[in-house]
Amino acid sequence: MPLSVPHLLRVFLLAVCCTLGSAHAAPSAETLARLADDDSDTRIAAIAELGAEGSAQSVALLDALAGEALALTGAGRLVILTDTGALDAATGEAIEPYPDDADPLMVNNRIRNALHSAKAATNIRATDRATRLAAAQLLRDSASELLMPILEPALAVEQDKEIRAILALAVARVNLASSEPAKRILAAQRLGDSSDASVKAMLAALLDTNGNGQFVEPDAEVRAAAKASMQAIERRLAMADLASTAFTGLSLGSILLLAALGLAITYGVMGVINMAHGELLMVGAYATYVVQGLFRTYLPEHVDSYVLAAVPVAFLTAAAVGMLMERTVIRWLYGRPLETLLATWGLSLVLIQTARVIFGPQNVEVANPAWMSGGVSTYADIVLPWNRLVIIGFAIFVLLLVWLMMQKTRLGMFVRAVTQNRAMAGCVGVPTARIDTLAFGIGAGIAGLGGCALSQVANVGPAMGQGYIVDSFMVVVLGGVGQLAGAVTAAMGLGLMTKILEGWAGAVVAKILVLVFIIIFIQKRPQGLFALKGRFVED
Amino acid sequence: MKTRRSFIKALTLSASLAAMGSVSSFAQAADTIKVGILHSLSGTMAISETALKNVALMAIDEINAAGGVLGKKLEPVVVDPASNWPLFAEKARQLLSQDKVAVTFGCWTSVSRKSVNPVFKELNGLLFYPVQYEGEELEKNVFYTGAAPNQQAIPAVEYLMSKDGGEAKRFVLLGTDYVYPRTTNKILRAFLHSKGVKDEDIMEEYTPFGHADYQTIIANIKKFAAAGKKTAVVSTINGDSNVPFYKELGNAGLKATDVPVVAFSVGEEELRGVDAKPLVGHLAAWNYFMSVKNPTNAAFIKKYQDWAKANKVPNADTVVTNDPMEATYVGIYMWKQAVEQAKTTDVDAVIAALGGQTFKAPSGFTLTMDKTNHHLHKPVLIGEVRADGQFSTVWKTKEPIRAQPWSPFIPGNEGKQNL
Amino acid sequence: MRTPLSVRIFQSLPRTAWLALAIFAAIAWIAIPAAHLLLPEGHALHVSAYTVTLLGKILCYAVVAVAMDLIWGYAGILSLGHGVFFALGGYAFGMYLMRQIGTDGSYGVDLPDFMVFLDWKELPWFWIGSDSFLWALFLVVAVPGLLAFVFGWFAFRSRIKGVYFSIITQALVYATMLLFFRNETGFGGNNGFTDFKRILGYDITSPQMRLVLFGLSAALLIAVLVLGRYLVTSKFGRVLAAIRDAESRVRFIGYQPTQYKLAIWTLSAVLCALAGALYVPQVGIINPSEMSPANSIEIAVWVAVGGRGTLIGGVIGAFIVNLAKSFFTVSFPDYWLFFLGFLFIGVTLFLPDGVVGLWRKLRGRRPAPAESDAPAPSVATKGAKA
Repeated sequence: MPLSVPHLLRVFLLAVCCTLGSAHAAPSAETLARLADDDSDTRIAAIAELGAEGSAQSVALLDALAGEALALTGAGRLVILTDTGALDAATGEAIEPYPDDADPLMVNNRIRNALHSAKAATNIRATDRATRLAAAQLLRDSASELLMPILEPALAVEQDKEIRAILALAVARVNLASSEPAKRILAAQRLGDSSDASVKAMLAALLDTNGNGQFVEPDAEVRAAAKASMQAIERRLAMADLASTAFTGLSLGSILLLAALGLAITYGVMGVINMAHGELLMVGAYATYVVQGLFRTYLPEHVDSYVLAAVPVAFLTAAAVGMLMERTVIRWLYGRPLETLLATWGLSLVLIQTARVIFGPQNVEVANPAWMSGGVSTYADIVLPWNRLVIIGFAIFVLLLVWLMMQKTRLGMFVRAVTQNRAMAGCVGVPTARIDTLAFGIGAGIAGLGGCALSQVANVGPAMGQGYIVDSFMVVVLGGVGQLAGAVTAAMGLGLMTKILEGWAGAVVAKILVLVFIIIFIQKRPQGLFALKGRFVED
Repeated sequence: MKTRRSFIKALTLSASLAAMGSVSSFAQAADTIKVGILHSLSGTMAISETALKNVALMAIDEINAAGGVLGKKLEPVVVDPASNWPLFAEKARQLLSQDKVAVTFGCWTSVSRKSVNPVFKELNGLLFYPVQYEGEELEKNVFYTGAAPNQQAIPAVEYLMSKDGGEAKRFVLLGTDYVYPRTTNKILRAFLHSKGVKDEDIMEEYTPFGHADYQTIIANIKKFAAAGKKTAVVSTINGDSNVPFYKELGNAGLKATDVPVVAFSVGEEELRGVDAKPLVGHLAAWNYFMSVKNPTNAAFIKKYQDWAKANKVPNADTVVTNDPMEATYVGIYMWKQAVEQAKTTDVDAVIAALGGQTFKAPSGFTLTMDKTNHHLHKPVLIGEVRADGQFSTVWKTKEPIRAQPWSPFIPGNEGKQNL
Repeated sequence: MRTPLSVRIFQSLPRTAWLALAIFAAIAWIAIPAAHLLLPEGHALHVSAYTVTLLGKILCYAVVAVAMDLIWGYAGILSLGHGVFFALGGYAFGMYLMRQIGTDGSYGVDLPDFMVFLDWKELPWFWIGSDSFLWALFLVVAVPGLLAFVFGWFAFRSRIKGVYFSIITQALVYATMLLFFRNETGFGGNNGFTDFKRILGYDITSPQMRLVLFGLSAALLIAVLVLGRYLVTSKFGRVLAAIRDAESRVRFIGYQPTQYKLAIWTLSAVLCALAGALYVPQVGIINPSEMSPANSIEIAVWVAVGGRGTLIGGVIGAFIVNLAKSFFTVSFPDYWLFFLGFLFIGVTLFLPDGVVGLWRKLRGRRPAPAESDAPAPSVATKGAKA
């Protein structure tokens, strides 16, 4: 996160401003005035000055600017706005009364960039390792001749191995343009450790020839080093490409699986063509939204764990809706599967409109909790977003849950018994009607879990389910109706295939090709991937 | 087959009922003026269009409270075309021929507008279309209160190429695969060529409607951006896909300071569905932002929030206003002024009176309806997303600018500016 | 001795049915045109242009519903992708309509506007001949017919049945929709075709043309009903019903179910395409949303509401659902989905044989054996099958 959370920032500012000693000279009034100038260049120069100076008050000013808390009053006085009041930017004194006409200074991306660099220049001297690491990464990406007075001393005193390596890369990037060939060779070799595509472009530029056929880089040794480094980076990038396609495919596959698992039970096991399946996903997602709202109102300090609470709530809500559906409508239609299609289609319309009436037709906001935001940088700068990693894990968890429930519990045994031979199960005392309700409830609940997961990556709105219904049916049918293993294989296969094709032909064509593939595949295996063999499937 | 006979009976019955209905509407015609509202309240577009229906009803309430138009009250006729394009044409015909509305406010997507255009032409109706669109069209019976490409897309790209916008040299044109993004990107490509940007520095990508998985595309943007030149993304992704796109963008670590994204279809309403914190600094170009500070806008927002509460709109305490809502509001008032000037609701007289109407809009500018091209002169505002889902204006035009529905960047459009 | 075909067709319908069709024809061809053209606007019995277009549209839907009933009600094949044939028929005729605009488009050239916009200088190969009315009619039949034949040939040969078949038809319609959304496909992308001007040189918005199209839709519906009735009462129809009820046994007896299914499937597709071709000039727009999976499901809904396996049920269902839709979207725009949803639930729960079934029950007649579902308690356990 590039920006400080405003609340924390303001507390921090208050502390800094109140304890400002006289050890540091305060930034001059002239510098302050330039911060509020109309011209961005002037402002950026002032920011750089403050950053280079590095006093606590300067840092506080920069943070305030970044948090859009630095404001100009109608009288032209620069103030820092806090939760409790306003402070004079120059003196740090509280201002009474609160200046109502204070307008926060505009911050655009260019100013924000300057602020980040200024902060990084200060932070590279920080004692906290994480702060230094972040600063070093930022400096590496924006390394230039101007930063050398900061980079070289920082590299000289840095003890941490990882940060040293990053700083060395930053220095190498600058040195690549050095006038001494020896330095250039060293830099070119050093850059071979990078896995940044922009470094590759820099190295490639050296190997180019200019208009009259001469190399941009006159020294052959430097060229050789650059070439070797470039190839190393290329190899790494190619690997990274492959790995990231695989990851995106798995991630899409796990989303498809979560969306389809509930259907694999209601449709696959029970034979109910549940067109309202997408709406059960929606119920789960809205349950997550409501839980988030409750946490924000009543437990604001634990808001980040709302997802954990939402998981059981989503399951139970969707299961309740599902059982209600089964009790009131679907149970009267067993044995007439295509009519359940019609009735559940009607149910889905009712559910969509209900959501629209209760929550409004617009999408609602479901935020990723902090621990699911951002990503983890891995090999060769591939960023694996946390929410996707969590969802892959969650898919495995749900799958395990379903498997345990179906294979290891009494209820699961009853469900399987009723599925295989309803009359016989009834004869030996299985309460078939209740089992139907429970099984449908479980399927619906699993769909609710899927909805909870989807809320973390996609829209939450009344019609969200419609987008998943076709895909879910494809997964279940491709895998073979009633086959959990089939659903997993199909979801993962479709996910990977979509992503591979998408890289090659674009998203629209990829989707078409996948659908065509399904049509052709069903011709070869009319009962899906994992068809039941033998007389059982014949009618 | 006996049902046939009862069917005839039912038909006669319904015909006479319909006739009675039309008689009663004639009786009412004396003291009210009917106003059609043709926005999808269900289906995929309900997400965007419901707010426009609300703001139109609010404006009508407001006008009625102030005495109506020509001494008559306005009577809204709300229909739901359900995001179904042929149904738009059917409902438009119904509004014009059964309900005899004096004016219609409606449509969001280009295809819905294209679907109703022939009906408004045939029955000589009057339509106000409030959404930014691709241009390449000019109908006598339609007034366009949203932006043409030169009032939104081109200034936005000019800003990206300016010093404060980051001096972008490479562009990703990313959109949903339909006509508005395609046209806008075509115009932008021609515009970029005219600014010396080469084809190898432009990447164009499209996704299907409702696309929810942006992993591959964001990886591609990252790769494209790594070529060493400052890269910016111009997004014409349509409403529903924006949430997954921005969520992925935030989580993949592509920050606005590295690769800014400027969007033309993302406003306050769309950001309500997203956690805006990771998006701070990404841009949007519109002709109005809710965050604009002026008394007219403050009053507009207050009125809408009060109306939403009074009418029990879901989530009434967090309703926002956005650009198409402002355009709807401006359109209703311009129509009212034109009717008062023409002293009749006759369509031809109102069309003649509309040209040159001015209205002090919530954007803080006084907007003028062009005398000839049925578009508003509009200011262009570029805003950066703030953590609270609002926009802070980082650049705006000094004056409202005239619309060019026929973009000069598309060959064959020279000399086609007027009706 | 072999009875002549005309006699057999005549005999396939009871006399009351012929009478009903005649009354229907009289209304569609005489009463409504007269009420539309001769009576002044505001007259109690005047039929407005809006009503004519609305009824014409629903007549086209009714044809689709009957075509759907032929395969679902009589052959047990549930297609969740019949929208694709309807839309392809519409597109094929739409191409002709686009060419008839001539130089009246916004760009004033002979090419359709969207092609000018895409910088295309000439018509792509698949548009060749689209300015000929007869070629357009040929395409209306041939393209969807061929697609249905090829798709059906592979699917039935592989013995894809029940839900599997339903789902791959859904995949088909979805894939085609995505394909037509693309601008490069050459059919106007998301906007599709619109702003039609004339057919065979006549103004498309004139009342006469509107009535001609309406009359043709009514004629098509009558023809489809008679043809359908003839087919289902013929030996062909009885074999189909046998396939629906026990395909394996039919196979063991020595019939080739594949050929029977393929024939009725292709016929059904062609009928849909004809309906689509009449639908497009009446509603004035064709675009890929006609191929959205939800629209195709709705076709099945019409049939179920009216009563499956009755032919006339499709007509009734199409009218009930679409009239209800037109009524509720105006009277209760915020709540019409509730009405529609509860209508579907109510019909399936309380009227298992649809409105026609209810009618028969009221008249105290047991449903004919060919129209009832074979009671199969084990169906639920084996996954759905049509």
